[in-house]
Amino acid sequence: MDPAATDAEITGGTPVGRRVVLAMLGLGAGGVLFGKSIQDGLARVLSPKVAAYLPSGGRFRIYSVVGFLPRRSTTDYRLTVAGLVDRPLDLSFADLTALPPTSVTRDFQCVTGWRVPGVAWRGVKLADLLTAAGVQPAAKALRFLCFDGEYTESLTLDQANRDDVLVAYEMEGKPVSAAHGGPVRLFVGPMYGYKSAKWLDRIEVVDRVVDGFWEVRGYDTDAWVGRSNGRTDKPTT
Amino acid sequence: MAAPTSRPPDAARFDGTERLLHWSTAALVGVCLATAAALYVPALATLVGRRETVKMVHVIAGLSLPLPLIVARLGPWSQRLKADIRRLNRFDDLDRRWLRSLGRDPFAQGGRFNAGQKLNAAFDVGAVLLLLVTGSMMKWFGPIPLPWRTGATFVHDWTAFAFVIVLVGHVAKALAEREALAAMVSGGPGPVRLRTPTPAATPPSAAWPDPSPDGRPPS
Repeated sequence: MDPAATDAEITGGTPVGRRVVLAMLGLGAGGVLFGKSIQDGLARVLSPKVAAYLPSGGRFRIYSVVGFLPRRSTTDYRLTVAGLVDRPLDLSFADLTALPPTSVTRDFQCVTGWRVPGVAWRGVKLADLLTAAGVQPAAKALRFLCFDGEYTESLTLDQANRDDVLVAYEMEGKPVSAAHGGPVRLFVGPMYGYKSAKWLDRIEVVDRVVDGFWEVRGYDTDAWVGRSNGRTDKPTT
Repeated sequence: MAAPTSRPPDAARFDGTERLLHWSTAALVGVCLATAAALYVPALATLVGRRETVKMVHVIAGLSLPLPLIVARLGPWSQRLKADIRRLNRFDDLDRRWLRSLGRDPFAQGGRFNAGQKLNAAFDVGAVLLLLVTGSMMKWFGPIPLPWRTGATFVHDWTAFAFVIVLVGHVAKALAEREALAAMVSGGPGPVRLRTPTPAATPPSAAWPDPSPDGRPPS
């Protein structure tokens, strides 16, 4: 005899399991529709310290396009500025930090959706480096190369000369950590995070824009926050 | 008074289909969680890197999650599983009593699954469905409006977070109930107790006067 036929556990009761599943799906649908508002609300109400412990909290997610965490000590670090310039630069970390510093505080917005409010950066204005190198008239754009060996980025010369574009060596008052792209990274205030190339070690001044790592994979080259990549985030400037 | 439970002769607690289903799903969940950690936890993300590869493995394992259940459910080997799915789905007065007493009422024991196990199963189904749908929205976001994409990430994160907590509870219970764990590893024989059709005949839960009917301490 099939024991199931006499088992009240099969024949009796109500399908609560199914209701639980349906309720979860309903909650989930609500979460998809209103999750953005909930998340923004939480970010406003909670202090960043608390929010950092929540899923989707206002904190950085660490992305690297290579299979390791690129590391370089400040003593080994060099930054090259080359290409269409009168005086190519080859700067040590000490050379860089000896230049007049600039501080910028901006929200950091990733194109995948997360945003970290009010991140403080300190470094050398990219425009100052370009002035020091002496950009030639034929120059139109910059190409950024990184010591992870893979990542590249680009900016037009006009974009690069903005006051909120830094070659940054401090983040939140501390040296930029390896995970965040240290010892030196680019910071492009008005654009999505992928423009702020981590582990920066070479800047080439070129006569046209050369698409960077993500741009050849479909992301916008002019990556203004809120006005590119089909996104409508609040601008970071 | 009749004991609320009785024991059929010699039935394995979980048959081969169920055990294979359980462990293949568990393996896929393991891959999903490991890759999720490598994508999400900063310290691990920097250690592992290779985002594109890790992401691909995560997506493939995630999309495969329902496959063991589908195969187990559709084949001619699914008789036992079908009956157990029905058992897990249905809650009766005994289950409500179990929930009210948080499993401590000895007269709310019996049957193949207690209400906690049933809730766990329902939660897992709901969570996996949510993770599948929101994960797909995150992966193939082209036609999805932007606020919904953010919402999908929000639901995916929180569901995964809750899923891990429930999973930790599930594993802790399994480690505490070695008999059940052994039954899921090797099949049994376990205490398969069928529920009589008249759970209302049992004394009210407030009383709890006796140890459980088969003389064993409440588990």
